[in-house]
Amino acid sequence: MITIIDYNAGNIRSVLRACAEAGSEAMTTNDPKVVVKAEKIIFPGVGAAPSAMEYLKKTGLDTAIKNAFMSSVPILGICLGAQIILEGSEEGPQECLGLVPGKTVRFKIDDKTLKIPHMGWNEVRVVKSHPLLDGVKKGDEFYFVHSYYPSPTDKQNIYATADYGGDFCCALGYKNLFAVQFHPEKSGRLGLQMLEKFTRWNP
Amino acid sequence: MLSKRLVICLDVRGGKLAKSIRFVDTKDIGDPVAKARQYYEEGVDELVFYDITASRENRDIMIDFVEKAASQIFIPFSVGGGIRSVEDATKLRNAGAEKVNVNTAAVLRKELISEIADAIGSQSTILSMDIRRVPPTEKIPSGYEIVVNGGITPMGIDALWWAKEGERLGAGELVVNSIDADGTNNGYELKLTRMLAEAVGIPVIASGGAGKPEHLYDVLTEGRADAALVASIVHYGEYTCRQLKEYLHGRGIKMRMSY
Repeated sequence: MITIIDYNAGNIRSVLRACAEAGSEAMTTNDPKVVVKAEKIIFPGVGAAPSAMEYLKKTGLDTAIKNAFMSSVPILGICLGAQIILEGSEEGPQECLGLVPGKTVRFKIDDKTLKIPHMGWNEVRVVKSHPLLDGVKKGDEFYFVHSYYPSPTDKQNIYATADYGGDFCCALGYKNLFAVQFHPEKSGRLGLQMLEKFTRWNP
Repeated sequence: MLSKRLVICLDVRGGKLAKSIRFVDTKDIGDPVAKARQYYEEGVDELVFYDITASRENRDIMIDFVEKAASQIFIPFSVGGGIRSVEDATKLRNAGAEKVNVNTAAVLRKELISEIADAIGSQSTILSMDIRRVPPTEKIPSGYEIVVNGGITPMGIDALWWAKEGERLGAGELVVNSIDADGTNNGYELKLTRMLAEAVGIPVIASGGAGKPEHLYDVLTEGRADAALVASIVHYGEYTCRQLKEYLHGRGIKMRMSY
């Protein structure tokens, strides 16, 4: 059973539906007591880091997620959920969860023809193999909508990059955590394949 | 780099496919979700469901429809037609639409664009514009005027001004629909599309006039569009999504080819 964290950050039902399509049993919760006992966690989210962190702290979900991570529960972060797992974000002065050393940064693009947010289908280039990226081939594209991206301190933690006015990290892995900046739940067959692999991932 | 997008529009009436669309595969008549699912599997990059009744009574049916579509389609899709308030937009978004299209209601009260953008984000707020060619005047210097009611009612608003104003108010994307080109199958209005695409910093979806794959190529290159919207050429079975995408890819346009 996958536990999807509902923390008032965008529509998480699309993730729930995609899990169902991928054949994975899933539920949503905003209860920290449920989160600490989860077998597997998807940490999704769309929106701004400051308000998301505020909500997580207020509800105690921040501690629950940290504890689940420490006790080796497999976690998949998506979009905002791939950003606030780092220590901080350029989006605001707040402290983030700090599961992985690093910071979330904003696109700094000189090319005025490249619009922010980076929105649409873009190629995900695997730079280091990972069970969740199995089957992702050269030229495979995923759906992105974002203005910030995760930048882990240790570049060894970067598993895939995409190019938008330069390469940026779009998939990072650290211990029992894997996180993607794109939206597997909106990326068609390839995204569903990744969710399916997550259900079978036992780090 | 981002890929260019192939977008397919489906007209929906009371949760059913509009009768005006004559599908080749008659089994699918009446079920827009099944048709959308087929296009999804064939590799379309994005879908638009357009509620052609757009009556207030129909809102709940449309929400229900969006829920069904969202459980079958795992790519982004937008919903348009009759969105008059932030509440309409939020409900559709919560039901599973990635984006919503506003048109007439925004022309009548432009603040609606910023209200929706504040509620669900600019990236989810699309401004659709129906545009017709007119002789340039002091009021319409670009020679392109905004029309509503399916192209019947001229609004005395310059399309170039409206595109920039829409962006300023928070629209994250524009649909540029040429009433003159619509239904002709003679190709998109390239001059109009290019003029608006060069005037704004947000993506432009070209609409109206696609009859051949070359037309898509032209609007994505010469027309500077980020996405090409089609309807009848795929609904009538003249071309499949795959054929269109392979044609564009073959001519060097970056398209999503693995799906």
